[in-house]
Amino acid sequence: MKNKNLYNYILGIADNSLILGQRLGELCGHGPNLETDIALTNISLDLLGQTRNYYQYIARLHDKEKTEDDIAFLRSEREYINVLLVEQPNTHFGFVMARQFFYDVFHLMLMEKLQESKDETLSAIAKKAIKEVSYHFRFSSDWVKRLGDGTKESHYKMQEAVDELWRFTDEFFHLTEADKAMIEAGIGVDVSNFKEAYYIKVSEILTEATLSIGASKYFQKGGKQGIHSEHMGFILTELQYMQRTYPNMKW
Amino acid sequence: MTIATEQNIDQKLISILDTVTDPEIPVLTILDLGVVREAYEENGLINIKITPTYSGCPAMDMICDDIIKAFENKGKLAKVTLILSPAWTTDWITPKGREALEKYGIAPPLEASADKDALLGDKKIVKCTQCGSINTKVISQFGSTPCKALFQCRDCKEPFDYFKCL
Repeated sequence: MKNKNLYNYILGIADNSLILGQRLGELCGHGPNLETDIALTNISLDLLGQTRNYYQYIARLHDKEKTEDDIAFLRSEREYINVLLVEQPNTHFGFVMARQFFYDVFHLMLMEKLQESKDETLSAIAKKAIKEVSYHFRFSSDWVKRLGDGTKESHYKMQEAVDELWRFTDEFFHLTEADKAMIEAGIGVDVSNFKEAYYIKVSEILTEATLSIGASKYFQKGGKQGIHSEHMGFILTELQYMQRTYPNMKW
Repeated sequence: MTIATEQNIDQKLISILDTVTDPEIPVLTILDLGVVREAYEENGLINIKITPTYSGCPAMDMICDDIIKAFENKGKLAKVTLILSPAWTTDWITPKGREALEKYGIAPPLEASADKDALLGDKKIVKCTQCGSINTKVISQFGSTPCKALFQCRDCKEPFDYFKCL
């Protein structure tokens, strides 16, 4: 491969969007009400569209002829390098919103900086994506506030989700070898630089939502190395169903 | 608000391009929508460059096919390329396009800051496409397609779409 680091750097960003998009897609027809159902699948569509842009780009970096579909569907679990947060299940609506909110704050900050990438394609994808992600962030932060500062029951459930998912947020800021090489080259974003800004932004909105970040300093990691939670296999089973059943089928 | 961007469309191709419409908003031609960024003929091949409205917009594949078909009907071979930069913005919808949207029942996009106020429900500024009242409310920030939000008029009670600012 011409540029292994560039490939892996973009793959990391794209896999997050793919898996979260897939998770949200599971809610199609299962949202708590029609408007929310449509919103969640709209966000899923945006994420899958962004994923396609990334995969189409890195498919060209392969030595052998590869397509975006090969990258999306024909890898084993260990080869996906999304963070653990995005594969967490849709336990209840509070979980869906907490997961989305934690991701959107990060995603927005990443896209802001990625616009300045020296890689023209990446910069173009980011300039397109940031407009969409701004809407995602607005939607998820709005729901976090509404549920957190809502009824006793909604507050309890929202806090439960925040407590459960917070331990997956630190992984965003771990740098892989590919990240480091791409930061060096002026192509990648040094996400470790905005770790503090991330915590400030998240805390600000959680405070407004009368919610709090748990005191635990223990964080989960592994996704970026391809070591996933038990949920990942189930996601891939569904995601890859068509390709497993009818190998090499084309849309 | 206008953003100066390069658009390079050969005048001779406009009449054909103007027959292709957005499959989800059939009153809007792709020229009115502003997604066509370049169109020129080179060595007998028509080159068209279009930019997606949203990254995941499922209409793009169909628009590409429709463009090729429209030129095929005129005995011409066309090639369509998707470009991402500069990113599409609702500012590129033409005045004619905005008018067509409103007639069709979709409120055209406001400018960015007003759009945010409208979607957060802070200000009543989106005009009902049925009765013209601005006494309207947001029902959902996401609508039937990625580019729209759902509104309802408090006066005539009709729900309607609003084309989100991007």
